[in-house]
Amino acid sequence: MTAFLLLAALFLLATIALGFLRVHRGPSRADRIASAQLVGTGGVAVTLLLSAASGNGAIIDVGLVLALLAAFAAVAFVKSTAADGAGDPEEDEGP
Amino acid sequence: MSVADILTVLLVSVGLVFFLAGSVGLLRFPDFHSRLHALTKADNLGLGLIALGVAFQVAEPFGIVKLVLVWFLAVLAAASVAQLIARSALDRLPDGKEADKRG
Amino acid sequence: MSAAFLLDAGLCLLILAAALLAMAGRDLFGAIAFFIVYGIMIALAWVRLEAVDVALAEAAIGAGLTGVLLIGAWAMLNRLGVPEDHKPAAGWLRLVAGSASGAITIILVAAVMALPAGREGLAPMVAEELADHGVSNPVTGVLLDFRAYDTLMESIVLVVALVAVWALTPPAVWGGVPGLRQHTRPDGVLAMFGRLLPPIGLVVGVYLVWAGSSQPGGAFQAGTVLAAVWLLVVMAGIHDEPPVSSRLLRTVLVAGPALFLAIGIAGLGVGALLAYPAEYAYALILLIEFTLTFSIAATLALLVAGRVRRAP
Repeated sequence: MTAFLLLAALFLLATIALGFLRVHRGPSRADRIASAQLVGTGGVAVTLLLSAASGNGAIIDVGLVLALLAAFAAVAFVKSTAADGAGDPEEDEGP
Repeated sequence: MSVADILTVLLVSVGLVFFLAGSVGLLRFPDFHSRLHALTKADNLGLGLIALGVAFQVAEPFGIVKLVLVWFLAVLAAASVAQLIARSALDRLPDGKEADKRG
Repeated sequence: MSAAFLLDAGLCLLILAAALLAMAGRDLFGAIAFFIVYGIMIALAWVRLEAVDVALAEAAIGAGLTGVLLIGAWAMLNRLGVPEDHKPAAGWLRLVAGSASGAITIILVAAVMALPAGREGLAPMVAEELADHGVSNPVTGVLLDFRAYDTLMESIVLVVALVAVWALTPPAVWGGVPGLRQHTRPDGVLAMFGRLLPPIGLVVGVYLVWAGSSQPGGAFQAGTVLAAVWLLVVMAGIHDEPPVSSRLLRTVLVAGPALFLAIGIAGLGVGALLAYPAEYAYALILLIEFTLTFSIAATLALLVAGRVRRAP
């Protein structure tokens, strides 16, 4: 079981590596930040697998913190794309 | 191999398939908005399946609560951020109307 | 070729790849995105090294808060119209930087390889002494008891850094509000996110500092989570930053280090600076950690919020 979970984590690292390619290629900034988000989600999954493999429940806390904070850089980016740097992309839309 | 172990192997494997699908989609889809689909839907479903699979290996009930919380937070964050990034990435014509109105 | 070895090897490759791609990218934003990715990978490496407290700190600070800080700085440069400098650095400069980095890497690798295998370092000594000192997480014991002096200095340094940032305030807005005026669509996704996430983040932050006495966690990790959650509240337009002249804010900022210092000086009565009487050690450590958490949260949040820009 431990070996299976660690190999599953390795497989996840391989899919994360594919995400690296998209962060590198872009072409838009939104692509890069969204791919960084994918790396974050993959990282959360890896921590869950590592926690089960080692039996250390505290590792799930690392996944918790990653899941909590993964979105913040993306939110900061989205705010910066507004005209005055402090807006909301939905503000110009109709209902 | 107990029932719990078999369930873990099954659920984690299916979760890995979804993660792979999400990453492949991220690389292969032609434009940003379709890539965002692959990202938010496939990856978070994969995460949910992996969390469910790992839940069968966890000893104490508090650990299962944390797993559910992790998945819930990941889905909440991904959904909100996907909406926001998608909006901000829409091209706008000079008069303020959106250029891309598909889906 | 065990599964663990393959996993660690793969992780090392990804860490190197993230670092190299951060430097090789053509534009600044790509480098920032890779820096965030690098932080996530390093957090996983800490988990594999069984340093879960450090992994928590890396996930919160390296992958979370630093990402927000860098993107905010990048956005500021964009708004000011500062052109990106795509010229590579001078040849001699690159040679010097490369040689220095290479030399340091070789020294570090040699030092790690030279460590005798199997020796446990100070861990047995810490484990012995820990019983009299209230907490059962050895990391918290070291940070807040055996080496409390370092932690006290670090918390004071954070406040000094914040004072330095505030010192950049132009006279016209002295004592005013940091950051830009955030506005969002009241019924939009960002506002909803800013209402849903912070309560959960608050619970997670308090849990991290509470659990830090017996399992991985602690004041810095919890403080960072709370700081990030506050930044989200501000970014979602739910609440504005307080003015820096606010007395309540300043009290919160210094309460942690001040309490720590006071308890430390009171320790002189028990034998030495920063010594805790054995029967109160747990309570004192918990008190210090909780107050420190809120001070660190406020300090970090204000550091990321940046320079004062608006009149009070």
